[in-house]
Amino acid sequence: MNVQKIKDGLVIDHIRAGTGIRIFNWLKLDKVPFSVALIMNVPSGHLGKKDIIKIDNVIDVDYSVLGFIDPDITVNVVEEEHVVRKISLTLPERVENVIKCRNPRCITSSETTIPHVFQLVDRKRAEYACQYCDELYRAGIGEFL
Amino acid sequence: MISDCLERQYQEIYKERTVKGRHLIEPGNFTIDELDKLFSLAETIMKNPDSYSEVCRGKVLATLFFEPSTRTRLSFEAAMLRLGGSTLGFAEPGASSTSKGESLADTIRTVASYVDIIAMRNPKEGAALLASQYSDVPVINAGDGGHHHPTQTLTDLLTIRTIKKKMGGLTIGLCGDLKFGRTVHSLAKAMSRYPGNRFVLISPPELEIPDYIISRVFKPAGVSFSKMLRLEDVIGDLDILYMTRVQKERFFNEQDYIRLKDSYILDTEKMRLAKKDLCVLHPLPRVNEISPEVDSDPRAAYFQQVKFGMYARMALITQLLGCDGGKK
Repeated sequence: MNVQKIKDGLVIDHIRAGTGIRIFNWLKLDKVPFSVALIMNVPSGHLGKKDIIKIDNVIDVDYSVLGFIDPDITVNVVEEEHVVRKISLTLPERVENVIKCRNPRCITSSETTIPHVFQLVDRKRAEYACQYCDELYRAGIGEFL
Repeated sequence: MISDCLERQYQEIYKERTVKGRHLIEPGNFTIDELDKLFSLAETIMKNPDSYSEVCRGKVLATLFFEPSTRTRLSFEAAMLRLGGSTLGFAEPGASSTSKGESLADTIRTVASYVDIIAMRNPKEGAALLASQYSDVPVINAGDGGHHHPTQTLTDLLTIRTIKKKMGGLTIGLCGDLKFGRTVHSLAKAMSRYPGNRFVLISPPELEIPDYIISRVFKPAGVSFSKMLRLEDVIGDLDILYMTRVQKERFFNEQDYIRLKDSYILDTEKMRLAKKDLCVLHPLPRVNEISPEVDSDPRAAYFQQVKFGMYARMALITQLLGCDGGKK
């Protein structure tokens, strides 16, 4: 499969297979006026299979959210068809309004205007806790807002 | 030396701050030093209540109880009245604007304009933290669902400190429903912050303490613990026995309930196996897990605990309002 080279933009690489659509939707790439590509199940030596997103434009991306969804992702910044920078991601200390707390007893279930905030509580296990009810979530897993 | 590694973080976070004006959302909001000062004040008030009978004159406490709780609400109100302050509030959600669809955040912003301090119980977990984010006055969590109940923990700690004269080096038995009991979880966390404490967890397998207490509280703090099935097998080792109610509906198998139910009922027969200075605690209300015959045993401290609860709340309100000078 051939996807045209991008001139100035981003390549989000090493996305765990099956997660690319989640990032695509999070970045609202289905609504942008420039060229984008979501390539799924690309053979990968390291991951077996991976997803890749190519964005033919320089856009603002919240890298902490990408790190939360999948900290193994790398982002290549492309200028004049050349990769000028590689950004490695890590799990952020805090994410806000990325996933929804699913605990029906949590105050967020009845106070609809408050942010859903999660704090990193165990980096090794990639675990986050809802700041209100302490319900635990694994990074990147959960109902996305 | 403080055994909980989190203690250092709390110390760091709060080193620049005084207790005045702070919120109490969970027991860990106060450092060991701050707790010591609070308990010292509670003991001073206990010894000389008249000196503190006017310190909160002109101050108003709101008791916002979105779910019924006679004991805790009355304890807060009694505490404020005995400090010379006044109270207002409601005892059930039907009496609040939330029944008309108002958000908790808006209710809190409104009430905080009227009063100097708020004690709130709400069935939703995290409700107290939310309230603190929208309140200019101190918010005390009087219970947020099955999550935290920090003033019960203060009550338990003050009772232990007053009766045992120490907070460390104790063998603490937690008995009954250790899975769903928030008071047990808070007490386990709080007592793990003091050195040399050892826990004996007495429960049926269905109601064992959650794994996170073991992995996030006991293990990081190097706290020794053991799991037991029957109270009578271990009661002789205990300095403190914290009883909770085991409900039949918590068991998956009725035969297990029938086999074990009597083990979680404290009676005079089991008390005969216990140390002479055992201290029996219970967050109350009690149903049948402690036989009434045990009430007259001098080791039964659960009714004293109620009184300690009021003094703990008096000290807390006094400190959060910055009125802790006593009679000048």
